[in-house]
Amino acid sequence: MRIFKHTPTFDFMAKRKMALLFSALLIIGSISSLAIKGLNFGLDFTGGTLIEVGYQHSADLNKIRNRLTSAGFGDAVVQNFGSSKDVLVRLAPREHTSSQSLGDKILSALKEDDSDVEMRRQEFVGPQVGDELRDDGGLAMIIALAFILVYVMARFEYRFALGSIAALIHDVIITMGIFSFFQFDFDLTVLAAVLAVIGYSLNDTIVVFDRIRENFRLMRKQAPINIINASLNQTLSRTMMTSITTLIVVLAMFFLGGELIHGFSIALIIGILVGTYSSIYVASSMVITLNITAESMMPVKKEGEDQADHYKEGEYIDER
Amino acid sequence: MLNQYPSWKYILLLVVLVFGSIYALPNIYGSDPAIQISATRNSTVNSSVESKALEALKKSNIELRSSVLDDTGLLLRFADVEQQLQAADEIRAAIGENYTVALNLAPATPGWLRSMNAQPMYLGLDLRGGLHFLMEVDTDLVLRQAMESNANDIRGELRKKKIRYLAIRDAKEQVTAKFRSAELRDKAMLVVRSELNDLQLDDYEEAGAFYFSAVLKKTALLTLKKSALQQNVTTLRNRVNELGVAEPVIQQQGDNRIVIQLPGIQDSARAKRILSATATLEFRLVDINVSPQDAVEGRVPPTARLYRDREGQPVVLKKRLIITGDRITNASSGFDSESNSPMVSVTLDGAGARIMAQTTKKNLKKPMAVVFIEHKESSKIVNGKRERVSRKVEEVINVATIQGVFSKRFQITGLDDGNEARNLALLLRAGALAAPIRIIEERTIGPSLGADNIAQGLNSVIIGMACVLVFMLFWYRGFGMVANIALLLNLVLIVAVLSTLQATLTLPGIAGIVLTVGMAVDANVLIFERIREEISVGNTPQASIHAGYDKALSTIMDANITTLIAAVVLYIFGTGPIKGFAITLSIGIMTSMFTAIMGTRAIVNLSVGGKKIEKLSI
Repeated sequence: MRIFKHTPTFDFMAKRKMALLFSALLIIGSISSLAIKGLNFGLDFTGGTLIEVGYQHSADLNKIRNRLTSAGFGDAVVQNFGSSKDVLVRLAPREHTSSQSLGDKILSALKEDDSDVEMRRQEFVGPQVGDELRDDGGLAMIIALAFILVYVMARFEYRFALGSIAALIHDVIITMGIFSFFQFDFDLTVLAAVLAVIGYSLNDTIVVFDRIRENFRLMRKQAPINIINASLNQTLSRTMMTSITTLIVVLAMFFLGGELIHGFSIALIIGILVGTYSSIYVASSMVITLNITAESMMPVKKEGEDQADHYKEGEYIDER
Repeated sequence: MLNQYPSWKYILLLVVLVFGSIYALPNIYGSDPAIQISATRNSTVNSSVESKALEALKKSNIELRSSVLDDTGLLLRFADVEQQLQAADEIRAAIGENYTVALNLAPATPGWLRSMNAQPMYLGLDLRGGLHFLMEVDTDLVLRQAMESNANDIRGELRKKKIRYLAIRDAKEQVTAKFRSAELRDKAMLVVRSELNDLQLDDYEEAGAFYFSAVLKKTALLTLKKSALQQNVTTLRNRVNELGVAEPVIQQQGDNRIVIQLPGIQDSARAKRILSATATLEFRLVDINVSPQDAVEGRVPPTARLYRDREGQPVVLKKRLIITGDRITNASSGFDSESNSPMVSVTLDGAGARIMAQTTKKNLKKPMAVVFIEHKESSKIVNGKRERVSRKVEEVINVATIQGVFSKRFQITGLDDGNEARNLALLLRAGALAAPIRIIEERTIGPSLGADNIAQGLNSVIIGMACVLVFMLFWYRGFGMVANIALLLNLVLIVAVLSTLQATLTLPGIAGIVLTVGMAVDANVLIFERIREEISVGNTPQASIHAGYDKALSTIMDANITTLIAAVVLYIFGTGPIKGFAITLSIGIMTSMFTAIMGTRAIVNLSVGGKKIEKLSI
């Protein structure tokens, strides 16, 4: 079974201006959403108290809210979590009471209405921990990007490194922008997913770049734009295949993995889609924009020649 | 000949396959509800304890699966949770207070696997349920206490050398001493410098008086904070033991934090009460030269301080501290054999014993007091802002006369009743925290949620994997089959490595495994697409296989190494669950490179390598 009977000949780069506009719009949209709405940070980052309880039957959220208000928790956010029987109660950090015991108080308030209520999860995060996690998370992202930049620069060329980093930043901003736009909970697992997206998107970009580098050595007479087009077409079915298999498992995680990793799988789904697109359009067109030429690939010419000779067609016919 | 592996590669693969399977195997056996009996300080778990426990079980008709006695204690396995809970109650009653009886889930790994050190994966709290605490240690208070005692030492030294001072005060982080003349001050500084090495002195003049200030040297400050933290870790460990938890984790994190994980514990209120009781104990001499009445009216000499006992009666104690509660290694209550009155017998550590011997020798027949100090938190409004204040509550819990010279072991008598003796022993035994702690993060996962998380995680791995297997088979036919075998081998290897490393498996960790399953096929997709390309330009099947693997290799390496970089950074900067994700992702990347490149190549070489083949099933 194949996606394409022969190597396709899409002229990807002809539409790169349009793609650039599309990306620019997405990024502007994302940044403005991040600036205006901000991220809906989860408990990990904001600090506060959270308690998840399970009822035997469908829970009456209004009744729970009233009960909590009369118990002095009027600011509590009450929502269903996963099913109608599971309820999540969230409280912003409070400085005046010893917030560690808030969860216990809420639980005992809820037990007055329904003694069968079962505590499933209870979390308390102090405000300073939340701030630290947010700072460390941002730092981790920047350091990961820096290391990747260095590696790609060492393995390829600075244009490729810039291209891949541009694609990564593009993916991260858009993924976070979508989280901001829909106000999905942004917690620690989502941060991990965003970092996994960096890894995944990079994976895709590197595969395309590897082909571009190889083709620069094989098709020296061609214009760079043709070489890049050919490379994208040659790797297209692999790009699709890998995206599909990864999407399959992430979808399995989304539908079956439970409420706790919902945000995680959403971030990955967005990241995989955006990452696939960006490795074709953002990374590669960046390389063109930066004016890559056959000459700039020359410093590695020697190695390229070796490989070209080595893989000359028909070399193995005699051996057989 | 093309596409043939030397035999050592097949052997290597076979060895990896065998070892991987063996070390992944313990995970399919699940675990038994069990009870772990371990010794507290002064007891050992031996066969007599075992027979007592077994007898208790027999009496209440509880069926026992197995009983194993080893260095760590006694492990009893049961058929179900109900019997386990009932058994715990019976055994606690039967063997008494000197042992910890903890509920546990013991892996049901068969003996022959255990003898090879094969264990199942270590499940994180989100999968097994339990309590997680992150605590911050207030090291500032330790510093303040150190400066207080330094001020006392300076007073003592100067008095010994008969150097007159006007005043010695200790503020938060420094001690200032005031003198009438520069000469006296310089003399005093010489003395202090030679006697108290940890202090850094500076002289200055102000309003006609001569001063020197003393602060702790940087190295001394660091040691002080470090030992306070370590002391707290030790104390918390003792307290956790009193809670009866099977596999607790108590670790230092960073400069001033401690992580505590208590798997299987649900009662967070009780755990918090016991863990964060910031009580300390101090032994001090009673100042018999000062009448309490004078002290109440404000006539307290600088070497003494006014305390109150539990009834609120004034007691004047000397400022010089004998020892603190952290020198106590054990305390138990009982009755004095002669007078048959309640008593508490106390055991001190070496340093404590030395100090106690010196003090008691000099102060025979004089009264000594035990002061119980608690740090209670409250908040007040300062400049319109809420601030947290740690308030110190000091209480004399016992005054007793020193009846003889003693050091390591001694008895406290003169207690009202057996109940008081028991309480005092408990307070002494639970040890003291060197510095108050505050819970800054707390997570409780109920057991049902933990079980749900495992079930859902497993489900998504199985379904996701099955879909990928079907998809690959459909798309690449024979080669898809090869990739599938490699994928399954990869999963076995990930589980085997996680089990051997005993790395913590968390829910995000499972997500990492799922993600690697998706990405592991990428290497094979790259290779297979290359082979197809080679075939379509007219190469022979054998040459295409060879070239496909060869050309895809550098791409696979580049792609995986960059992802590995991201995973490693995640591991270094992440905490808890994120670390779990980073671990499985990194392990998955490495094992998948092995199985997807070497594993599939071996199968391909074995099945079609070196044979005359017209068409490949790809």
